[in-house]
Amino acid sequence: MSLLDVQDLTVEFPTRRGVLRALDGVSFSIEAGEVLGVVGESGAGKSLTGAAIIGLLEPPGRVAGGRILLDGARIDDLPADRMRAIRGKQIGAIFQDPLTTLNPLYSIGRQLVETIQTHLRLSDRDARARAVKWLEDVGIPAARERIDAYPHEFSGGMRQRVVIALALCAEPRLVIADEPTTALDVSIQAQIIALLKNLAREHGTSVMLVTHDMGVIAETADRVAVMYAGRIAEIGPVREVVKHPAHPYSEGLMGSIPSLTHRVERLRQIDGAMPRLTAIPQGCAFNPRCEKVFDRCRVERPDLMEAGRSRAACWLYAAENAHV
Amino acid sequence: MLARFLDSDFVYSFRRSPVAVVSTLVVLACVVGAVGAPWLAPHNPFDLASLSLMDSLQPPVFMADGTAAHLLGTDDQGRDVLSAIMYGTQISLMIGFLAIIFALVVGITVGLVAGYMGGAVDALLMRVTDVQLTFPSILIALLVDGVARAVLPRDFHDRMQIYVLVFAIGIARWPQFARTVRGSTLVERGREYVMAAKVIGLSSPRIMASHILPNVLGPVLVIATLNLGLAILDEATLSFLGVGLPPTQPSLGTLIRIGNDFLFSGEWWVTIFPGVMLAVMVLSINLLGDWLRDALNPRLR
Amino acid sequence: MFAFILSRILQAVPVLLVVGFISYAMFAFVGDPVTIMLGQDYTEAQRVALVHQLGLDQPFFVQYAKYMWAALHGNFGISYRMARPVGDLIAERLPATLELSLTSAVLAVLVGVPMGVYTGIRRNAVVSRIFMIFSLLGVSLPTFLIGILLILLFSVVLGWLPSFGRGDVVHFAHWSTGFLTPLGLKSLILPAITLGLFQMTLIMRLVRAEMLEVLRSDYIKFARARGLSQRAINFGHALKNTLVPVITIIGLQIGGLVAFSIVTETVFQWPGMGLLLVQSIGVADIPVMAAYLQLIAVVFVCINLIVDLLYYAVDPRLRMDRGRATGGH
Repeated sequence: MSLLDVQDLTVEFPTRRGVLRALDGVSFSIEAGEVLGVVGESGAGKSLTGAAIIGLLEPPGRVAGGRILLDGARIDDLPADRMRAIRGKQIGAIFQDPLTTLNPLYSIGRQLVETIQTHLRLSDRDARARAVKWLEDVGIPAARERIDAYPHEFSGGMRQRVVIALALCAEPRLVIADEPTTALDVSIQAQIIALLKNLAREHGTSVMLVTHDMGVIAETADRVAVMYAGRIAEIGPVREVVKHPAHPYSEGLMGSIPSLTHRVERLRQIDGAMPRLTAIPQGCAFNPRCEKVFDRCRVERPDLMEAGRSRAACWLYAAENAHV
Repeated sequence: MLARFLDSDFVYSFRRSPVAVVSTLVVLACVVGAVGAPWLAPHNPFDLASLSLMDSLQPPVFMADGTAAHLLGTDDQGRDVLSAIMYGTQISLMIGFLAIIFALVVGITVGLVAGYMGGAVDALLMRVTDVQLTFPSILIALLVDGVARAVLPRDFHDRMQIYVLVFAIGIARWPQFARTVRGSTLVERGREYVMAAKVIGLSSPRIMASHILPNVLGPVLVIATLNLGLAILDEATLSFLGVGLPPTQPSLGTLIRIGNDFLFSGEWWVTIFPGVMLAVMVLSINLLGDWLRDALNPRLR
Repeated sequence: MFAFILSRILQAVPVLLVVGFISYAMFAFVGDPVTIMLGQDYTEAQRVALVHQLGLDQPFFVQYAKYMWAALHGNFGISYRMARPVGDLIAERLPATLELSLTSAVLAVLVGVPMGVYTGIRRNAVVSRIFMIFSLLGVSLPTFLIGILLILLFSVVLGWLPSFGRGDVVHFAHWSTGFLTPLGLKSLILPAITLGLFQMTLIMRLVRAEMLEVLRSDYIKFARARGLSQRAINFGHALKNTLVPVITIIGLQIGGLVAFSIVTETVFQWPGMGLLLVQSIGVADIPVMAAYLQLIAVVFVCINLIVDLLYYAVDPRLRMDRGRATGGH
């Protein structure tokens, strides 16, 4: 049984011009100890998927269909207080901008102790000791002295370390990291990713790493899901998707990573832009930009189907085509 | 153009909001009743010949001694309360509008100049607005009115009282406009189109008037609406305190002040009806202003 | 800390000087104090003597300096209307106004803040909507009308509460208080509600708006993601972050209360400074107006200082910057 199992997840936003379907039948799973990368352009639904899993969709957004299972038990229909007990304790979250994720008016120690004591029955003294330990683990120098410092006294990279400590301090089994390095200086992005990866390995924590940076995924993830216009375009082992992308969109995405090992004439780019949610074309959402488009793509929407060692939502891999 | 306006989100959210529609209707009704008072009012409260002390302090029509001739009763001098309210609303609205226009002109000018010039001019002007903003507008209006009383000869002051009030209330309310316009001007000043206008050699006043001004009108409109309600209240308050309009030229505030003397003897209608009128009108204007602010600033919703 | 207070006091000095200058200009140039004080019949010698006594024969800035110096000692000249020192008049009436304003302020904060928090957290609840309608009424109904309605209901119709005056007061040296007698307290109820209502609704709307803003912030989302309880998020994290802007406005509003008491005092014939001011404006009694303006300025400066100190207590960022700025020297 997978640790997390997302089945046919659909998220909708009711608006004046009708209901927008921001996530449409998203299915994937995460195994214990696994790192799943989720990539795609902004607006593809990556962050929304994360928000739906921890039950923090911004209204008026709502889960309109599908199920989310943690250890085989549904968590998408839990009452608020039971979901709250899962957040932080079972599923942690790391947000994009460490400058705005920490409450500026409380010391980082207070915020850590508060989180620890919310989920674990520890005395003030033990909770504080644990907080210091976590600060040391995420690489805050002189943690014992710095624990009473306020967020504004730390640099952006240090703050993101504190955020990681906050997300992991109750030892959740899954961490959803939503663009954890996007807001950081390029020079420290790699450190933060490495830290996250090592801590997850040590504690056996699964990670759902949301990013638009294919490079980060290639180095960190075990498997990768490529999202496009609210659906999963392709999902598979990271080596496979990077080396032999099945979906034409993944292919385009991989073509845009500069390679160190072999020369490429020029970086490829995909023509056009991802459609807005109000104007998703009939058939495959990618069809207007696809180089390999054929008639069926314009009419019928493909679901995920076997494509080598991956699964891709592309008619190229439909059974009847495969035989041709 | 019109069709596009009617299809805009703005019109859509207006029609979707019963509060906005109803308060617009109420404000329109107030304006029509006030402007049309000479034709619509059942009596002319200023026509001394038609006044009779026999009619004084009659209760409204729904009470035991009420008559249909005076739907809302009469005051101590036999004036029809309904007609007095209509004429009073006219004066209250006029002073409110004029004061806001005055505040708008001063505030926009100061705000544009401060925001566009920057530097020492900006610092000085903003310091002035800061200091003034610390004092409640009603206090400033009171003091300006008091000084006007001391400076102007008595009968001249009485004749000019409406303009004194417009000046006093307007001068008490301009800093908010200046602040907002300056803020928006600072933002607009950095935009490419202003740079472009400078490059092609347009003069500063020209750039301010034709390029920056249209872009700051949205927030200014919201503040103007909310301040219109407040300016009407300012005038009513001054008149109630006895330093506004005299009983010979009564605004709603004056009517309430006059009626207040009869509260204890049971003739509540002389003061309550003008009070209700004032409250309903200002409430509608405030609701409209609130709605405008939300409609023009979707983030706040 | 000390340097912080000192810098704030120094910043207030120019404001006080400017306000003092305006009041002096009113005092010196508006109307002619000499003819007003002497009345119809006077000899040239009397006039010259008075001009000299008032110092009007001295250069302008000397007069201004003297005026400010005198004002600093509580000497604001002689009231035209009452022919008594303005300082005495104000000192007699100060306790009434301050007690009324203080009561209203406490009322406005104690009721307004919880209402704002509630409507911010439960923005769609029925009670919230009722509060919001109530607050719109509070903003739209002029103070004097609220006073009149309260008098009509509680004094005229029900006869429960007094409609004017302070009731019985107890004197302590220069202070008179209505807090210590039953009638004094009863007399305070209606004026305090009248004066506080507008501020209360304003505070409520402000706290609500700030709560909504803060509840949308990333650190609140992160607090949710950490599984903190709703209570800890709303009251521990959100409310504290709304405090900084709320303190500013509440400070300004409480300063406003002292000035707004003008209207309330007139409605309830409350023997405070506001009533004195209105009576003085009606007859253009400039010295009283000038003194009132200065006094209000001092009240505002004091309140601003308190507001700054509260910031200092709430926001660690401020403490830090200050600490560094002063520590460096």
